[in-house]
Amino acid sequence: MIKITLDDLDDIALGATFLGTGGGGDPYIATLMTRRAIESHGPVTMLSLDEVADDALVFACGNMGAPTVAIEKIMAADQPPAAVLALEAYLGRPADVLMAFEAGGSNSMMPIYNAAMLGKPMLDADGMGRAFPEMQMVTFSVYGVSGSPFALASEHGETVILNIGDDKRAEYIGRGIVIRMGARSAKASYPMDGKTARRVAIPGTTSLCQAIGANFRASRARSRDPFAALIEMLAGTHYGHAKVLFTGKVTDLIRETRDGWAIGKVVIADQAGGTLEIEFQNEFLAARQGGRLRAIVPDLICILDSEMAEPITTERLRYGQRVTVMAVSAPPIMRTEAALAVFGPAGFAMDEAFVPVEELD
Amino acid sequence: MGQTAAPRLRLGIDVGGTNTDAVLMHGDEVVAWHKVTTGRHITDAIVAAAGAVLQQGGVDQEQIYAVMLGTTQFTNAVIERRRLNPVAVLRLAAPATTAVPPLSDWPEDLRAVVGGHVYLARGGLEFDGRPISALDEGELSAVAREIGGLGLNAVAITSVFSPLDAEMEHRAEAILRRELPDAAITLSHRIGRIGLLERENAAILNAALSGLAGAVLGAFTRAMDDLGLTAPLYISQNDGTLMTAAHAARYPVLTFASGPTNSMRGAAVLSGLTDALVVDIGGTTADIGLLLDGFPREAAMTVDVGGVRTNFRMPDLLALGLGGGSLVRDSGDAIGPDSVGFELEQRALVFGGDSPTLSDMAVAAGLMDLGDRARVAHLDGVDLALARAAEMIEDALERVRPSAARLPVILVGGGAPLLGGGSIGGGEIVRPAHGQVANAIGASIAMVGGECDRIFSLDEVSREDAVAAVKREASAQAAEAGADAASIRIVEMDEIPLSYLPGNATRLRVKAVGDLAGSPT
Repeated sequence: MIKITLDDLDDIALGATFLGTGGGGDPYIATLMTRRAIESHGPVTMLSLDEVADDALVFACGNMGAPTVAIEKIMAADQPPAAVLALEAYLGRPADVLMAFEAGGSNSMMPIYNAAMLGKPMLDADGMGRAFPEMQMVTFSVYGVSGSPFALASEHGETVILNIGDDKRAEYIGRGIVIRMGARSAKASYPMDGKTARRVAIPGTTSLCQAIGANFRASRARSRDPFAALIEMLAGTHYGHAKVLFTGKVTDLIRETRDGWAIGKVVIADQAGGTLEIEFQNEFLAARQGGRLRAIVPDLICILDSEMAEPITTERLRYGQRVTVMAVSAPPIMRTEAALAVFGPAGFAMDEAFVPVEELD
Repeated sequence: MGQTAAPRLRLGIDVGGTNTDAVLMHGDEVVAWHKVTTGRHITDAIVAAAGAVLQQGGVDQEQIYAVMLGTTQFTNAVIERRRLNPVAVLRLAAPATTAVPPLSDWPEDLRAVVGGHVYLARGGLEFDGRPISALDEGELSAVAREIGGLGLNAVAITSVFSPLDAEMEHRAEAILRRELPDAAITLSHRIGRIGLLERENAAILNAALSGLAGAVLGAFTRAMDDLGLTAPLYISQNDGTLMTAAHAARYPVLTFASGPTNSMRGAAVLSGLTDALVVDIGGTTADIGLLLDGFPREAAMTVDVGGVRTNFRMPDLLALGLGGGSLVRDSGDAIGPDSVGFELEQRALVFGGDSPTLSDMAVAAGLMDLGDRARVAHLDGVDLALARAAEMIEDALERVRPSAARLPVILVGGGAPLLGGGSIGGGEIVRPAHGQVANAIGASIAMVGGECDRIFSLDEVSREDAVAAVKREASAQAAEAGADAASIRIVEMDEIPLSYLPGNATRLRVKAVGDLAGSPT
């Protein structure tokens, strides 16, 4: 059991941007929200999966909406707790512990925010281990936990409870409601007990965000190679195989919107004339060098500013940026056959087999 | 030069913290230039610098058709927290946005200066134009009375999604006006783009500068009167375009990044190059940027101004701690980042001081003529120090260069002679004449611009129609700002697809610029 204090938030946000793999939304506003919540209500207790009681009621929380709306229509202070309270009321039982459904990007902050506001502990785990674009792309769904019943809340205090058997349909129908709510809704979902969470959740991802952020911060302070330092640190975790795929400059960038996705391709070239092509669909999906696969989803592909080691999201990619591309192996729970069917290459309509990043060179 | 009936000359002025420069321009040609110390009285400095160039050029006031002025007065005021006035901050958004109230992420000292007068009222729009909640006239009237009771004379109004539709900000202003007829009211959509906190921050800074803006613009106008100049006065904006003095008095934040923008635009016109790297070497720092199509490349990320996060269009600069006053140590092996700054004439070796500076090295190497060369005749490490400086600049250029293409490097600023030789990093070095007043020249050649930033649903309107509409709006804004309609062209277009929104939504941002109407051709 550890305490999350104000001093931890910037590191968690930086690590969450790294795990966002180009998507997940900028955690800046969520961090400001959480800072205020901790200032008012005190530090948050975080339990590991080993520490949660078998019969504890766990909710996965976060937000649903459009990142572009998130930077303009900030949430109401009581909006995220409203979703938790609505799901509690529906189930007739208070939640004991809150966790993230998505540790990458801005959703990384929401369990901390809710835990501070509601005086509950949070769980050091999540369902994506990174960022993914859709609700059903979580290990919870993969290993048999239903997203329903789940609650959505608007800034007006309005709440909706949905009971939808199939999580992919839940994403589709839920998003329709989210759009009517103005494309920024708070969500509480995947009610499960502690024993189940131990089986289906990806352990340690909030503390991993913090460790990644702290590692980058220490590298900057000590002028050491931030990429080598991170690779060394990750080697001791379940994200064990990390490497630098490529270093160069953004020389081409193609974006388009298709079916509500930010789809595109970025080309990075080095001095020697080599190029790395990265396809993205909200997040970075696959990296290829001269047609040869270097890394593919669900393994993490991260583009970072070469100088500052600042992770760059797809909307902030620009022609001329000097970048370092890293790939990190997803933990084993995200690489099973069942998991790959949901958020492996097949989950993104890519007609290609998953190959672990440590087997590619 | 040939005298004709129509006025043909422009006056470019740069009012910096240290120096005030003036240039007299005929087309892209420098007729005369002069540099003075800014000192305590801006009016005096402008009169001295501009008076000198008019005299040198032997021209009458009637021959000047426009005066263009760039200033860092407002940026410095925010950075130094000087001469700012308290502000009433009104956000139209409730019940949304209460999780992060206004001023949440401001440095404590600056928040204290503007006061903590925050009002979060009903209003604001959804992304698709529906209201979040209806504007409540009674609520706003009560807010106005409270602001009046507090004696506040500056207000910043920010409504959610006002860049898409500004009607709520306008209506709120009208309601506040009834109680506060003389208040300086800033509407956020006038100065910022999408990104609520950044736009609101810019609006608050603008309102906090409203008192100073009146005083500074008053000083500028008095200088024009003292000089007997009747030509219209324009002020440089962040993006390298001009606004009228009256507009600048209302929107002083729009001048924040005009200094570096002007020096890069000046470098472009002096060299005749439109695509190049620019190195502006001053006393303390070297600013390195990229010119694309005659304009500085803009920074993509948010920019901090005095510790406040904003999303102004600012040039994407790499500031290197290397200038004429940079201290040299370890027999030339280590340079800066500390500098003797404005004390160069007291502390540099060539002036009899005891601090070896990069300028001393340049004088010893015969690159620069400054002070007493005999004092540095037997200096050690000269070659090493200058080689180090060149390496630092070369490395920075490598970081700014957009591709493997070897772009020319334009060298401007008072410290330009520090970098010797004819090429750097494979790019030819261009040393334009009058590079030391590139800033004032940049101000004098500025164009007039307009912008439009909108979200469209491409299911409802074709991409072609949406693009045409934004281009039309940006051009109309440029014309309204004083551009000659025939000369208006689109210089920038950004298209950002918005994932997760229905109807294939996309955000289009367009910038149009044109020549100042009335420019002789």
